[in-house]
Amino acid sequence: MSEGVYVTGIGLLAPNGAGLEQHWAATLAGRSGIATLSRFDVSRYPVRLAGQVDDFDAARHLPSRLLPQTDISTQLALVAADWALADAQIDEGFFADYDTGVVTSNATGGFEFTHREFRKLWTRGAAAVSVYESFAWFYAVNTGQISIRNRFRGPSSALVAEQAGGLDAIGHARRTIRRGTPMVVTGGVDSALDPWGWVAQIASGRLSTATDAHRAYRPFDVDACGYVPGEGGAILVLETASAAAARGARQVYGEIAGYATTFDPPPGSPRPPGLRRAAESALADAGLTPDQVDVVFADASGVPELDRAEAAAISGLFGPFAVPVTAPKALTGRMYSGGGPVDVADALLSIRDGVIPPTPGTAEVPEDYRIDLVRGVPRHREVTTALVLARGRWGFNSAVVVRAVPGPRTPAPRRPQQQQERT
Amino acid sequence: MNRRVVITGIGVRTPGANGTKEFLDLLTAGRTATRRISFFDPSAYRSRVAGEVDFAPEHEGLSPLEVRRMDRAAQLAVVCAREAVTDSGLQFEEFDPTRVGVSLGSAVASATSLEQEYLVLSDSGRNWLVDHTNLSPHMFDYLVPSAMPAEVAWTVGAEGPVTMVSNGCTSGIDSVGHGCQLIREGSADVVLAGASDTPITPIVVACFDAIKATTPNNDDPEHASRPFDRTRTGFVLAEGAAVFVLEEHERAKRRGARVYAEISGYATRCNAYHMTGLKTDGRELAEAVTVALDEARIDPTAIDYINAHGSGTKQNDRHETAAYKRSLGEHARRTPISSIKSMVGHSLGAIGSIEIAACALAMVNDVVPPTANLRVPDPECDLDYVPLTARQKRLDSVLTVGSGFGGFQSAMVLHRAGGAR
Amino acid sequence: MSRMTVDDLRRVLVECAGEADGEALTADRQDRDFEEFGYDSLALMETAARIEAEYGVRVPEERMAELRTPREVLDLVNDALVRTS
Repeated sequence: MSEGVYVTGIGLLAPNGAGLEQHWAATLAGRSGIATLSRFDVSRYPVRLAGQVDDFDAARHLPSRLLPQTDISTQLALVAADWALADAQIDEGFFADYDTGVVTSNATGGFEFTHREFRKLWTRGAAAVSVYESFAWFYAVNTGQISIRNRFRGPSSALVAEQAGGLDAIGHARRTIRRGTPMVVTGGVDSALDPWGWVAQIASGRLSTATDAHRAYRPFDVDACGYVPGEGGAILVLETASAAAARGARQVYGEIAGYATTFDPPPGSPRPPGLRRAAESALADAGLTPDQVDVVFADASGVPELDRAEAAAISGLFGPFAVPVTAPKALTGRMYSGGGPVDVADALLSIRDGVIPPTPGTAEVPEDYRIDLVRGVPRHREVTTALVLARGRWGFNSAVVVRAVPGPRTPAPRRPQQQQERT
Repeated sequence: MNRRVVITGIGVRTPGANGTKEFLDLLTAGRTATRRISFFDPSAYRSRVAGEVDFAPEHEGLSPLEVRRMDRAAQLAVVCAREAVTDSGLQFEEFDPTRVGVSLGSAVASATSLEQEYLVLSDSGRNWLVDHTNLSPHMFDYLVPSAMPAEVAWTVGAEGPVTMVSNGCTSGIDSVGHGCQLIREGSADVVLAGASDTPITPIVVACFDAIKATTPNNDDPEHASRPFDRTRTGFVLAEGAAVFVLEEHERAKRRGARVYAEISGYATRCNAYHMTGLKTDGRELAEAVTVALDEARIDPTAIDYINAHGSGTKQNDRHETAAYKRSLGEHARRTPISSIKSMVGHSLGAIGSIEIAACALAMVNDVVPPTANLRVPDPECDLDYVPLTARQKRLDSVLTVGSGFGGFQSAMVLHRAGGAR
Repeated sequence: MSRMTVDDLRRVLVECAGEADGEALTADRQDRDFEEFGYDSLALMETAARIEAEYGVRVPEERMAELRTPREVLDLVNDALVRTS
């Protein structure tokens, strides 16, 4: 089946905005969510900046019963799923329960929760470990909890590929829909901002040690010096074009038109890295050529040699300076499995609003990168097709192509206010 | 495009068995490999038995560098992957690497290394603000375990789709299902698919203690895992790994590959009910079975053997029995069904792949593995669960199922190599 | 600690498993089944573990499934406390 797969609902929580429109308005205005990590006393650590979702009180959005059994990352995911489903406005009973699946990506699992449990075990003994540890930590927790909360019984899964996984989840959701499940909720949310999770991220050697919140993470800059980690992510409702039409879906953000994933050759191999091939394959999957792409949302690792490799892939595929490139994730930090889905949401809104958000913080791009990085202010132009790239540590490369859906324009954006709560 | 998927190589490490030959031997003999936990002092824990793999990484072809950087689960996965590759006879150097993928399952991934690191960083739990000055350079990869499928990809230089499938206790069946989908849709021609888990570490033992899911039958370790038996008291935690070379069928045929079995059907559903609890009707597992059979284009009556999830908890074995009756009707009563967890324990995300390996070996060798320790029948599990003794039987179509936390319910159908469909 | 009250039990339940569905646990509702408050077997297992840690009273595993109401739990705990005092 090669029917179109559409995005009809988005729920998003990011460090620069809890809510899709809040995040988008902040992104266009260049408002950052990066600040000194405030969850614990971070002063002793060499890295202190993070993108945190402030102003998020899970108790206001979720039933009390779910709180003791869920990590913050799962709470964020459940709320994002609630908001996505509310956004999609699917009538109760429209989809049978076997016809709805959940495919998420996760990179760190319920880490803060499990850190607390490790501490209980080793300071108070085995009897202190919670009954919830057996399922609050594992990587499938968000898929499982979203499935239960919404009674989705279709094919479901959880994928791990560090920062590439969120795009893989979207690609697999599309695959699942094409194999016969009309609606799949997908995306990724991560949070590992407790001291142990924090130190583990520092161990990657890729975090920026710069202290200016606005310049610490400046992808593609001559002085790029790593990334800032963030928490958050996005959940998207995907469904077949015919389902969206049959139920008169109020909005269609766009189509997931293409997806591909590749893996780099082993370290030390003379063969080239696989990001360009992932992009090419995703475009081929969408039946598009590079000249039809209006913007590239870059992986933007912020690590100089990786920025250089990505620039080479983009300029090699599209031609030098041939396509606008942007990385608004510099306002949120890298959210691991949440990063790709948030980029896809941003890409869909750039299609809706005809505007490309800028890459904040980056001042000077090396000339030999030969990419047109959108900086300073948003660039207004019609956007019909966007390519989203993501790489995961150790060699994962994933690409998603999103495209405008022909037909009546999607309704104008709601004013940035608290998204409707599901009752 | 009607691409079919076959298994052409197997690598396996389970309690009591290093490699397919020893594994088949264990299954045929109905020998159990569960014992008192030896990896750490279990006396403070409720469940003190486990299925441990006797694994000496230095004797398994892993370099000191690999041993230092890789968590135990990754070590098992790589060793099994290399073994599967050798077993397949596929010359990967002659193969286009962009057509080779990896789909690796794991439920708790680097739990063992995480715990070891935690003790150092936190000074045995004393410090919430852990010490960053004594940090393993691999700590990030224990936090984000996608280094595991990367390690497997590196064994053959795979450059196609590579991912970790982490669906709790169905990871091992779902990862292979995922690998099949990659080949069927044309994204890859060969996939290293399988799973690995090494959860025998205090935090995991403690978390299953807390929900009383593991057996407290510590006085009789060899007989502690009792799926479908009326005296069962929970599962025996275990570790292990199995990796397959999955190949597109025509390509395998052209190169004259030895084919273990074809994977002809796969389906997964969720019960959307409870993160750990199961309803008694087994409805969603039955649905997964039905859909898998449909995809395999066979009738329930064609199933010759069912490899059960059979974890040995009161609720699972009851749930599963109901699911078989619901999906297979009367044929459920005529089909031998066994749980090899009775012998090798429950290795969480890995066991689904280990069970697929058991099915493939069973089909090649015309043997139905038994359910060990099944001495007291349970009227609620009143199907033929093959107590104690293996049987010789020609197997043309085999069903294997999995069930896990989060509500995952999965089913897979394997077909005899070279058999008519 | 010489006695566990309904309020004590409510506090422990809420800490372990969140607020009750609908009406809160009060003295006049202590004969209702835990299910009516929305507390499942996991919630009760966690609660039993917390009771053991705070009151030193162990709820035997075999008895766990039988304890369907707050009153039954309180009776068990308080009987044990009386015996050990």
